[in-house]
Amino acid sequence: MQPGADQLDFAQKMTLEAFADTIIPGERRTPDDRAVAGAAEGGGAVACGAVELMISEEGGLGGMLDSLAAGLDDHAKVYADRTGRLLDDTVPAFVALSFADRTALAAELMAKGHPEQDMWVALAMFSVMAWDTGAHMHTADAIAAGHPGLTAMGYAAPDADGLWRFGDYSYHRVLARRHPHTTASGDPR
Amino acid sequence: MTNTGSTDVLIIGSGFGGAIPAYRLAAGGARVTVLERGPWLTAEDFDHDFKFGSASTRGFEFTMGNGMNVLGGNCVGGGSVVYFAAMPRAPRFTFERQGSLGRRMWPQAITREVLDPWYDMVAESLPITRQDWDDVTFSGGLFAAACDHAGRTANPVPAAIDTNRCTNCNWMMSGCRFDAKRSLLLNYLPAAVRHGAEIRPLHEVQHISRTPDGGYRVHFNTVDEVDYRVVTGSGVIDAKIVIVAAGAAASPVILQRSEETLGAMPAAVGRYFSGNGERLNTAVVDEHRVRDLLGLSRADGKAYEAYQIGKGPVAASWDRLDGDLPEFSRHSLEQLYFPPGFGTILAQVPDATGPTWFGTEKKDLLRRWQSWLTIFIMSEDDNEGVFGPPPETGNADRISQQMLSRGTLSYQPTANTRAGWDRADADVREILERDGLARVMPWSDEVIGAYTVHPLSSCRIGDDGLTSALDDTHELRDHPGIFVTDGSSVPGGLTVNPAFTIAALAERAVPGIVEAATARGVPVRYVDTPPGNAVSSRRPLAIAAR
Repeated sequence: MQPGADQLDFAQKMTLEAFADTIIPGERRTPDDRAVAGAAEGGGAVACGAVELMISEEGGLGGMLDSLAAGLDDHAKVYADRTGRLLDDTVPAFVALSFADRTALAAELMAKGHPEQDMWVALAMFSVMAWDTGAHMHTADAIAAGHPGLTAMGYAAPDADGLWRFGDYSYHRVLARRHPHTTASGDPR
Repeated sequence: MTNTGSTDVLIIGSGFGGAIPAYRLAAGGARVTVLERGPWLTAEDFDHDFKFGSASTRGFEFTMGNGMNVLGGNCVGGGSVVYFAAMPRAPRFTFERQGSLGRRMWPQAITREVLDPWYDMVAESLPITRQDWDDVTFSGGLFAAACDHAGRTANPVPAAIDTNRCTNCNWMMSGCRFDAKRSLLLNYLPAAVRHGAEIRPLHEVQHISRTPDGGYRVHFNTVDEVDYRVVTGSGVIDAKIVIVAAGAAASPVILQRSEETLGAMPAAVGRYFSGNGERLNTAVVDEHRVRDLLGLSRADGKAYEAYQIGKGPVAASWDRLDGDLPEFSRHSLEQLYFPPGFGTILAQVPDATGPTWFGTEKKDLLRRWQSWLTIFIMSEDDNEGVFGPPPETGNADRISQQMLSRGTLSYQPTANTRAGWDRADADVREILERDGLARVMPWSDEVIGAYTVHPLSSCRIGDDGLTSALDDTHELRDHPGIFVTDGSSVPGGLTVNPAFTIAALAERAVPGIVEAATARGVPVRYVDTPPGNAVSSRRPLAIAAR
């Protein structure tokens, strides 16, 4: 079902990482990290497994990732020409853009009315989901492994059996007057 | 593989619109077959897990459209398995709505008073219980206290939840692991099976044709249990009566595709779709002000920081459910939990200097996630949704193995709808931004357009054949013996959660369906006894240490 999912080359992967990092930015993995721009503290979408989620068989994007990566680089070249940016040709064009330029280009691609908006929004959705759900992993495992997104959100850990239960859940107080027209069954009139 | 069969009543879909007639007709003596396109999941399957392939994607369908995106159930039990179980009755004035028609949208035969006995029947069967302040979670309590601070009222929302079993885990959108949420898996569906109904999961109905004896033939594909894109077989079942209850995002598509074999459909099939006027706002609260302004604190010393804890929406503002206000200016506001993923992507950064929904500032907003409060607006939209020509199979082209698909629904909100949303957004700000309690932003509608978890009206009841596909018995005009009983039959947005009203309408439709079945030679009588209770779980599970 997923031709190409396992055929992403290093450059294509860098481009997709750079896009994911534009959506939920993170700190560089190594000092010479080019894909991750280092625009925010803590792990971003890339550290949370954005590319793993994009290529997952379940997600259904795998077969189009090579053309999405190529599309991003093509748009980056056009953007650079238009804005007079010189691109370092040792890395893919989108990766060569500064974080601010990646952000501006991503905003253009995902703006209402852009003919390819759907495609780039879908890629952004996977990037966000990697960060705040870690959907390529079991959630309990992700939390135990210190998943940067779930950890940063303060997402509480489950009980030992992998299920969540909150015994303390209510202020247990009357907090407002009920609407005067509330019926005996507790419904609006 | 092709298989064939016959039955008295064939029901397409097993949500409220399908499960209720399935039970009552089976109990009354009819042979009933239910075809459900999704899997049959029970408590053990409802894992607490965001991983693709878990219950959070197996039981759901997110159908992207042009300007409207629909999130709905895709499993036995339909919406009842993935819903938040908030069950308020629709206020009186909604039944008098005119929309842009210039006359009443609902059939003259139906008012709140007429529907109340049917509501009562559903309330007893699920059951639905009135909630009290002890049941109200931190997030609901925070919203109620903010309403009070703003001089407004707030109500605990009636819910189909057994609070003795509920762990407040907030995973209910993936089904309830603890059988605390009173889904149809616990009442109508097991009762239907007990009375001989056959429920066949992973059967996706494609179209309906006629049989020579005046009955109907329902054509289906079977789909793979993991990759719903894979068709594993096909078949047909003949029936004397067909009940279409595939949900408002699918029922009209099945009927559209059936035009080739059944003949012309009423003009209102696939038109007048309503998203129930839905819209979300996300607030980020100032924890100090929660304590100082509202006087709230938890046992562990925190003021709030409890977005994750709870059982969906438990508190609502009904101040604008006022029949004296003009149409398109009435709405309810409900505190809501939406899990990460779907529940975060469209949330916008207040006072952003860059992009509002992604980037560095969005990451900062997400870091404060436990201080979020999401407010759900249900307002009066203008029934402006229209379905395009049906796709090759199903109701949409599937993108992912599960959950994600692209359909043909187009929705361009009118000035009426937009004005209603603007008024509701302002109302949320008036309550939550007062005295610096929170900063609030509506979810972006620039990214994917509008969205709804309560699709309605795409095949609606009414008195006028031009603007309603069904008469007031839910029978499809010009196609006797086909009934539509799901959310698509509701004439318009209800300003509250619609599941209870959909269920009450389905109950009300059953005596008429019994009459039609009898006329077609089916030995069936109307049975009004409640379905009784069951469990979906195959083994008991510890509920809570509280």
